This record gives sequence, C-alpha cells and structure tokens, in this order.
Amino acid sequence: MGDTMTTEDQAEPKRRWQDVDLRAVAPFVALALLLLLGAMVNSNFISMNNLANVATRSAFIALIAVGATFVISSGDLDLSVGSMVAFVASLMILFMNSGVIADPGIMIAAAIVLALVVGALCGLANGLITTVGKIEPFIATLGTMGIYRGLTTWLSQGGAITLQSAEQQDLYRPAYFGTILGVPVPIIVVLVVTSIAAFVLYRMRYGRHVVAVGSNAHVARYSGIKVDRVRTWAFVIQGVCVAIAVMLYVPRLGSTSATTGILWELQAITAVVIGGTALKGGASRVWGTICGAFILELVGNIMLLSNFISEYLIGAIQGAIIIIAMLVQRSLVRKS
Amino acid sequence: MESEPVGVGDVVVPAPQDIVLSAQRVSKSFNGVQVLFSVDFDLRRGEIHALMGENGAGKSTLVKVLSGFEQPTSGEILLDGKPVKLPPNGAAEALGIVVIHQEFNLAEHLTVTESLFLGREVARFGVLDRKYMRRETRRVLDMLGSHISESAQISSLSVADKQMVEIAKAISRDARIVFMDEPTAVLSRDETEALFKQVRKLRDQGTSFVFVSHKLDEVTELTDRVTVLRDGQWVKTAPTALLDGESIAQLMVGRELSSLYPQKSEPNVDETRVLSVVGLSTAHVRDAHFDLRKGEILGFSGMIGSGRTELMEAISGLCPRISGEVRIGDQVMPAGDIQATAAAGLAYMTKDRKAKGLLLGSDMQANLTLQSLDQHGRFGYLSPASEKKALARARRRFDIRVRDAGVVAGRMSGGNQQKLLLAKVMEITPKILIIDEPTRGIDVGTKQQIYHFIAALAREGCSVIVVSSEMPEVIGLCTRVVVMRAGRIVGVLEGDEINEQEIMRYSAGLKQKAVA
Repeated sequence: MGDTMTTEDQAEPKRRWQDVDLRAVAPFVALALLLLLGAMVNSNFISMNNLANVATRSAFIALIAVGATFVISSGDLDLSVGSMVAFVASLMILFMNSGVIADPGIMIAAAIVLALVVGALCGLANGLITTVGKIEPFIATLGTMGIYRGLTTWLSQGGAITLQSAEQQDLYRPAYFGTILGVPVPIIVVLVVTSIAAFVLYRMRYGRHVVAVGSNAHVARYSGIKVDRVRTWAFVIQGVCVAIAVMLYVPRLGSTSATTGILWELQAITAVVIGGTALKGGASRVWGTICGAFILELVGNIMLLSNFISEYLIGAIQGAIIIIAMLVQRSLVRKS
Repeated sequence: MESEPVGVGDVVVPAPQDIVLSAQRVSKSFNGVQVLFSVDFDLRRGEIHALMGENGAGKSTLVKVLSGFEQPTSGEILLDGKPVKLPPNGAAEALGIVVIHQEFNLAEHLTVTESLFLGREVARFGVLDRKYMRRETRRVLDMLGSHISESAQISSLSVADKQMVEIAKAISRDARIVFMDEPTAVLSRDETEALFKQVRKLRDQGTSFVFVSHKLDEVTELTDRVTVLRDGQWVKTAPTALLDGESIAQLMVGRELSSLYPQKSEPNVDETRVLSVVGLSTAHVRDAHFDLRKGEILGFSGMIGSGRTELMEAISGLCPRISGEVRIGDQVMPAGDIQATAAAGLAYMTKDRKAKGLLLGSDMQANLTLQSLDQHGRFGYLSPASEKKALARARRRFDIRVRDAGVVAGRMSGGNQQKLLLAKVMEITPKILIIDEPTRGIDVGTKQQIYHFIAALAREGCSVIVVSSEMPEVIGLCTRVVVMRAGRIVGVLEGDEINEQEIMRYSAGLKQKAVA
C-alpha cells in the first residue's frame, strides 16, 4: 500500500474554523441576528424582563420539542403531541377536581404522577403502533392525534375543563409563575430537562442507539441493536416530555379545552428542524432544539412589538420558518 | 514514488484523431486535499482501457473528472481533441459519455423498460409508446444474453440482474464512451462472459470503454491497454499484452506482493466443535448441516443466490429460520436472537458494508463501538476516554489510514471502510467470526492484509467462516470448503479437492455428494 500521502495522518488534526459544523452553529447565529433585529425595532425588546418572558412562554414548545428531538433522531415523527397535551391536561384537571385526595399538596403530586404515566402510555401507544403494527409514524400518529383530540373534546363535552379548587390553584401557581433565585421556574425546568436529554443523547448508550437507528436501521440491526425497542422508547420519552409540559401548562391557565395545543406539533417539529436535527434522522442537536423553540417565540414577540405585521399571521410566519430552515440546512449540507 | 517520466511512457503515440477523450495534466483537490496529481490519460476510439490502482489511488476521481461529475482543479479535458468543460451531474450523456456506477442508480419500483427509457421516454402524440419501448428493451437484453423480463420490477431482480439492467441502459443510449466501475463484482461467470462478449462487439464497432476493476484476470482477458494509478499519480500506461497479472499488481502497490495468501494451518481433527448447524432451513435454505472446529477457516462457496448469506444470517440470528438447530459449544441458540449469538461469541460481518455495515454519516469512533457499547461504561453511560482508546487500538491493529480522525465513514476509501467494519465486528472479541465477502471491491494491498489477519486469528484459536464468490480467495485461505447450490449444501471439499474445477462442478450442479 502506498504511504507517501498518509504519513501525516497520525498527528492529531488541528481544529480549523472550516471544521466547525455549520449546521450546529446556524441556529445560534440566527438567534443572535433576531436579537439584533428586535433591539432595532423596539428598545424594550432587549430588556431582561422581556427576554425572560419570552423564554418562559417558549417553555411548553421547548419541552415538547426535546421529546421530538428523540423521535426525529430515531427516524420517526410524532404528529400527536398537540392533542396529547390537551388530553393529558384534561385528565390531570379532572383528577384534581375529583377530590379523591383531600390534601391539596398530595393531590397535586398525585396528579403530576398521573400526568407522567398517562403521557408515557400515550407515547407507548404511538411507539407500539409504529413498531409492532408496522405503520408509518406519520399515519400512526395522525391517527392518535385524532384519537387524543377526540377524547379531549368528549371529556370536556365541547367546552372547557377548569380547575375548581382555589386552594389547589394557589398552591400550584408558582410552578409556572414562580421564580428561583430570580429565574422563572419554567426556564429552570427547560434547562434541567434539556441537560438530562443531552446527557442521554450524547453520553449514554441509548442516545448512540437512537442516532444509529435514525441514520440507518439496517446497520443498527446488524450491530445487534433492538431497533423497535429503541424507537418505541423514543416515543415514550416524547410522551413524558409532553407530560412535563402539561405540568407547567395547568398552573398557568388552570383550564383546558378542545382547542388546547392546536398546531403545537408544527411548532415542536419546527423547533427541532431549526435546531439542526436532521429530519431523516442521524443527527440530534437538543440544545439547538431549545434555541429553535426560543426563536419561534421571539419571532412572535418581535411581530407583536413592531406593529409591522399583524400578529394574526404568526402561524404563516412559523410555517415559512420551517421551510426556510430546511432550505438552509440543505444548502449547508451541500457545502460541507 | 518512482520518477518515471509523466506522459507517453513506452506507448506508441497514436494519431491524434484516434483519441476520443483525454485528460491532460489533470489535478483534483477536495477541501484542500489533493487526490489527483497532474494525471495524463487518453482513451482511443474502439479500445477497452483498464484503469487500475488500489483503493484511494484516484481511479474513481479520475472517472468522475472524465465524465463531468467533477471539474478538475487544474488541467484540461479534451473531447475529440478539443478542450471541453463537461456538463455536470450526468448531463455529459448527451455527448455520448455514460458512466455505469458501482452503486446502482435504479429506482426500485420502476420496471426494467421504464428504467431503460427513464428521462427519454418515447412518445407518439404525447402518449407513451410502451410497446415500442418494451420491444427495444427486449432487443438490448437479448443482445446481452440476459433472460430478465422487460416488464419485471427492479425491486424483484437479483443484484446481478440489476447490474445487467445498468449495462443495458448504457448500451441503449448509444454511448461513445462508457465508464464501467467494477461491473462484474456481482456477476456470475456466465453473465460476465456475456457482458464481455457485448463489450468486445461494441468496441469493434468503435465504442470506447474505460474498465475499472480489481480483478486482474478479467483485466488481462478483456482489455487492450492498462493505465495504473498509485496515490493519485500516473504510474504507467501500456498495452495489456505486454503485462501479466503479477506485474500489474506490482505496479499498483509499488512493491513485491510476496504472498497474497498466508500459510495455511489445518486444525487438528480432534479439535473441539465450536459451532454445529443441524437441519437448518429458512425460506430459501434447505436442511443445512455442518460443523466448525476450533481454529478452523471454513470456506463457503457457490453462485450468487445459492443461499450462503441467508444461511449465515439465520445462524447469527439476523434472519428467521423455519426449522433446525444451531449450537455454539453445547449451548443451543434461540432463533432470531442476534444478542444471544453475540453473547455466545459469534460475530457476523455483512457483505454490504455501505447499507448494513457502517453508518456512513458518522465518524470512525461512533461506528467502531456501535456493536460493543456495553464495554465502554456502566449503567448505559459511555466513557469517551475508553472509546477513544478503542479507536486508537483498532486503527493500529487494522492499519486504518485516514488523514483526519474525525472523517465520516462515507468519505473513507472502500479498503479503509472494510477494515473499519472488520474492526467493529472484532470489538466484541468473537470466538467464531463469519465474514461474508471479506474483500468485495477493495484493493490488492488491503486484501492481503485482511487475509493475513484472518489467518492470524485462526492461529490464535478463533474459528472463521469465509463466505466468498471469489474462488481464489476460498482456495487460498480455507482448509475446508462447503459448496452451496440453490439453498442446499451440495458438497464439502478438503485437501486436494479444493480447486476451481471441483468447486465449479459442485456449484454448477454437475456433482453432488451426500453430506453428513
């Protein structure tokens, strides 16, 4: 074997700036540009208060999108998350209203456990339908999206389900509106959940399996990975993430209705894609996902503060963002 | 590097009008890494020109530059003596330049006819003339001696048939210049013969071929001239008649190939049986029986489609079995459980390194440890330091040569990919290693390294099964050879019986013997 060209290869290569993966950096560059734009539009925008507010409001989508990062990295897709939020939240409030536990503190704790279990089960259902039922995840979760939404509408009889006990409300309120050391609780929850997710994805065997299954299920199978189990767990993680989002959602409004969480799946998937996770699986960037969720909320905020564009167009803007994000991703792939 | 004069060498310079396509001092770099160094190449009208070199020598890049898929960084391409800038992405087909790729470019759900006429469908008054297209497809297939139905769906075809369709596609496009990248890698002897006959006929009609292959015997049999590249540099161009296989191989590696195959060492007859397969049947395999002894290298020969891969996948638990038993040591293996067989010390290395072996978009480290993550931490946690150490060890042990340790597997040469795949499988330190096509599409130097590795492994007491369609490989490596035909084991050869004629007789169905 000729070796005149390969002798230098043992040396550790220097990190040049060309080596930096543009797809990983792109969302943060976009965020910086948006902050700049926002500051120019309205001087109030860049204030700590406003930004903390935006971050707090982005928490729901951010948490759901962390779960979506797992599902998408493993090569699947979950369209049911928006309906799942409504369904889990409805059951949680109904349980709290049932009064089976007298102590409001224990009641809230039990309701949270219930939400987590229901979320995990909803995710498990999605996972089993896709893997055991061998149905395209797009179709499988389109189906459960209808089921979870329909069940919510039935539970609420077309109206709203509202938390009745004022005692419970007062006790639970800080979970969304409270601060710890001046930082809003939802922001802390997002940071903790994302840190755990990042650890699982990048430092644990399961994360490696997720990426392997997403980039090539054949290779994963030939490497002795239980592909279906990995995919199913990703859906369960998604369900748990939805439940955590619900834990913050219920104290905010204390009420749900049949229209809760509509189009949240679009926002969650958009956040993941903006963040640089490949829709075909194989690359997961969970911090990018958080950045993406923040960007989405920020765009809405800028629209609100600027008066240039009607805030009723927010859905259209978000739809456009996901398409632009895909185009940018594609062009970056070609270059690297 | 030898300092031979770049240019004509000892070739008689032909009249310039005879040269249809040439590269003049062509260089090519990717992201600052130079892969072609001022290479000269010329292709005459009506010749079959072999392009030889190890993996990473720059053959594929030169083919891409000559067919417009890549633009040279410097240097010129001349078509019919005039400098040209070839259009990218296969648009050079309009100029009569066609590339038959190593990887198939066929849409699985189209029929053979639709594939042949893809992008140039024949229509009358806007309506597809399907009858004409089918007839035309049949004509080309008959010309190639292929029995594929013109209405068959691509997905239903065997790999060899798909290759035939690719070739038919090129021929039906009235190409003047055809590049063939390893066209015979998946073809049987008969199919190869039929292909060569056609290629010769087309050559005599004035078509020029560039033939990229690792099979030296085919090159000496088919081609008129040979150009050898090494490390991105032109080494020699000469009429094939003046060279033999040995001298081409030497030009490619730049050193003597002392011994391609290592010394065989036969295990003792009374060595323990590490693997027993009893009456195993799957969808295609019928009632397979065989044993594997400790330290043995057992060959599996047979035609493509004879069921060898399916048998091995059933043994390793990747593919379901209908009946039969697999014992590793005295442990009976559950069916379809790859985790159990791996735990019992059996590893299977797929022949399809790109689709089933490696994550092409991931780096070497992620690929290396994918199958053995348990070793790199506890409770599902992974230790980066431990993984890094494993990679350094594997790169040394398997001599994986890359310029940048962070390179993704898809950008490595075929030889390095194969070594990485072998390293990955060996990470679970198996006692039984099944290697399916150990050297498909890789260069002579790497082949030799892999053969020696297999032999060393067997000497250390590991048992190896080598499944291969390359007979010299099975003959050179194995002390016992099982021959399969149409899903059945038809013979087990030992000692002097292991030769091409004998294996051929069994795999063609001319001979059969009862197998214990």
